[in-house]
Amino acid sequence: MKLSLVLTIALLTVLAIAFLASLMAGRVWLSPVTLWQGVVTPGDQLSDLILFGLRLPRAVLAILIGGALGLSGAALQGLTRNPLAEPSLLGVAGGASLGAVIAIYFGLAGVFAFAPPVMGLIGALAAGAITFAVGRGGGTLTLILAGVAVSALTGSGVALALNFAPSPYAAFEITVWLLGSLSDRTWDHVILAGPFIAVGCALLLGAGRALDALSLGEDQARSLGVNLDRSRLLVLLGVGLAVGAATSVAGAIGFIGLVAPHLVRPFVGHQPSRTLIPSALVGSTLLLTADVATRAIYTSSEIRLGVLTSLIGLPFFFWLVIRMKRTSP
Amino acid sequence: MTTVLSARNLTVRRGQRTILDDVSITLDGRGLTALIGANGAGKSTLLHCLAGLLKPDAGEVSLDGKPLAVWKDRELAKARAFVPQNPHCDWPISVERLVALGLTPVLPAFGGFSAEMTARVGKVMADCDLTGHRDQPAPTLSGGELSRAMLARALVGDPAVLIVDEPTTGLDPRHALDTMGRLKALGGEGRLIIAAVHDLTLAARHADRLIALSEGRVVAHGPIGEVLKPELVHQVFGVHARITKTQDGPLVDLLTRV
Repeated sequence: MKLSLVLTIALLTVLAIAFLASLMAGRVWLSPVTLWQGVVTPGDQLSDLILFGLRLPRAVLAILIGGALGLSGAALQGLTRNPLAEPSLLGVAGGASLGAVIAIYFGLAGVFAFAPPVMGLIGALAAGAITFAVGRGGGTLTLILAGVAVSALTGSGVALALNFAPSPYAAFEITVWLLGSLSDRTWDHVILAGPFIAVGCALLLGAGRALDALSLGEDQARSLGVNLDRSRLLVLLGVGLAVGAATSVAGAIGFIGLVAPHLVRPFVGHQPSRTLIPSALVGSTLLLTADVATRAIYTSSEIRLGVLTSLIGLPFFFWLVIRMKRTSP
Repeated sequence: MTTVLSARNLTVRRGQRTILDDVSITLDGRGLTALIGANGAGKSTLLHCLAGLLKPDAGEVSLDGKPLAVWKDRELAKARAFVPQNPHCDWPISVERLVALGLTPVLPAFGGFSAEMTARVGKVMADCDLTGHRDQPAPTLSGGELSRAMLARALVGDPAVLIVDEPTTGLDPRHALDTMGRLKALGGEGRLIIAAVHDLTLAARHADRLIALSEGRVVAHGPIGEVLKPELVHQVFGVHARITKTQDGPLVDLLTRV
């Protein structure tokens, strides 16, 4: 119990540092003194506008989305008992991407600025519903297979949109959106995605006990009184809401959900339920840090968040493969 | 009150095949019942039905006179424990955590373990010779140790009924003997235990009762001494057997195939 408290405090401290860095970093660097003055005596200087209008919503979104991805990854890895499960597994992230791409393709984004995230949410929920309808009743494996099929479906939908893009500019816009970013996000994005992420995360936390029992396999979990159908539905709904909302607002962001649970597992004794909250904290920290890096690394055009997380995540993936090779017989 | 576990006219079909064919048995009181039968005779299916993990196509199982279908999941989980064939643990959680998972049905919705629960886990681990392995990751246990850990996991909730699918498969003779000895002792303590066993001598020396399945039907059910005969072994497994009474209990020798 004590160890988990120490871990939580340590993770919160690192998260707070990343949060401060995220408020400071950017084209205009704000010193800690400026930040403090902005908080104590809010005025309408340029620094205050940057802080409250741009940096703060962006940092809050990074925390929400990173947390949603980390928690969803931990819950899915627990449910499937597979260390390679990640949030996009159930097709909801693909559904969100396709929804947003449709909004851009038909020019809705020009008419109504929030068309991509709203359409993304609808796409995510539709994709989750299809996964559930096709995959239910046959256990976890059929749910995953249904998710893979839905992911393929949404992937081909996105490819189709790129193929028939009305103009090269639209194709470019779609591509850029797919790479994932948090730049130019506002409080409206926070208000749009926040509630869905909150509800999704609450559902996932409710599945912790069942995930623990599942360590022993489905038969033993059921014999311990765990209702597996209910747990699967809980996780699918939780991931659908949290990841769907996250992807709708920020685009596809890979590897955070895969990596975060692995980073915390050794510190919590590998118990699935205890992995959940630390994974969310680590996910938030990773995404905040990556977002700071996109601003701190000077490139001719901004490096996109999803690209950066993939670049950072890849070495980890190789490490995971090598470690599994070493530990498995 | 004695525990009564009964199955009435159980039938389970999988596609065209009939796995269990009109099986009716009643187990009451304490003691260890050995379930024998050839591969594919329906032993695992019967145990899954008795545990309430598989809904039969016809018939019903009741525990203490109440059909399993009307038991609440958690209440049933408190009353009976089930250990499947080849149990495994997918995450490297500690042995203590693994054993504590047996308390899942009695845990409150929020909050952790009470001091009483922690003490209970410690006691069961001591009973099953696991104290030295408390912090060891479960997947690194040897076969015999894992089997003891799973038994401890099943016993920590103090169930009245314990259903074990092939507890001795994959164990060396010493650990197989040790496991059967434990089950016998637990049966003597007043629990109703049913275990699928392949080693007939082990079954004959430890179990109180025997149920024999052949092609989905019960062909014998009763006290070991009365039921275990060469003719039954021949009927169930298709081999001749010689059963010798020794001072250590019956010895079942399997002879040439028919």
